[in-house]
Amino acid sequence: MDSSSSPSDPGLLTISAKIVVAGGFGVGKTTLVNSVSEVRPLNTDAWMTEASEGVDDLPPGGGKSKTTVAMDFGRITLQPDLLLYLFGTPGQARFWFLWDDLSRGALGAVVLVDTNRIDQSFAAVNYFENDSVLPFIVAVNRFEGKPEHDLAEVREALALNEDVPLIECDARSRASAIDVLQGVVTHSLSLAKVSAPG
Amino acid sequence: MTDSAKDVMTVSHDDKSDGAQTKMRSKRVRPYALTGGRTRTRHHLLVETLISVPEFDPVLAESLMPESRALYSRACQRMSIAELSANLDLPLGVIRVLVSDLAGQNAVFIHPTAYAYQNNPQVLERILDGLKQLPV
Repeated sequence: MDSSSSPSDPGLLTISAKIVVAGGFGVGKTTLVNSVSEVRPLNTDAWMTEASEGVDDLPPGGGKSKTTVAMDFGRITLQPDLLLYLFGTPGQARFWFLWDDLSRGALGAVVLVDTNRIDQSFAAVNYFENDSVLPFIVAVNRFEGKPEHDLAEVREALALNEDVPLIECDARSRASAIDVLQGVVTHSLSLAKVSAPG
Repeated sequence: MTDSAKDVMTVSHDDKSDGAQTKMRSKRVRPYALTGGRTRTRHHLLVETLISVPEFDPVLAESLMPESRALYSRACQRMSIAELSANLDLPLGVIRVLVSDLAGQNAVFIHPTAYAYQNNPQVLERILDGLKQLPV
């Protein structure tokens, strides 16, 4: 193939996009990603390995205590030439260095909130409000049998700006999870149109 | 849909090596040693960036280090940086350097991402349409 010309294989025109799924421990990130993903979660141990750790060649089965962090990962084929990836951010503070890497280039993010453990999602809201330029929405995950909170109360508890969309979802429901992703894209689209009119 | 992208490779086995770099490096080395200690790349490689092999070259494959060869083979199925890292059990940083090197030899193709289009409205509309059409 002549590499100087544009690819003639239509497969090479395939592009990918990414949505970040954030929120604290136990708020339903894994459930939401698995509700819509067409692939099983990846074993992402290797992602964590930092440069300094990589040079240590440990013998197999030699009692190595590998850092295992559940990283949520999902993929959705939207069109034959358009893939959407979902990346969950690790909850543990010591893996925050990964947030920037995972967020870079994303079209937007959703912060999942469980009203019974709302404090678990403070850090994620802070991150996207202060340390990131990504458009983001907040989705309150409704679990069966849990008391419902008024969305206005949730917004107040999170000290969430009025311009950040706040919706409800059921992370176990594929339809609801798709709605959440649509909410992210819609929000990103509205901001993109504002910043680039015409 | 399940992940049917197993280990089946459908690659063309023509022997064209047309000027491809054929450095002989076969010694198994440690992850960041095999990148020469480099952790940065010339290419912009996001975790979701897709990598594919336009034309598999078995001669080139033979000349690669085991890790690069494995990556080269895997990428025949078109795979994201994140999936390559997970499947080959190599850190994201190592995968990025190896992919960048292979791209420098025109051995792999780095697909653009939505971000490369600056997440422009047309691309976002396509994504939104795609989500709306997903079977529930």
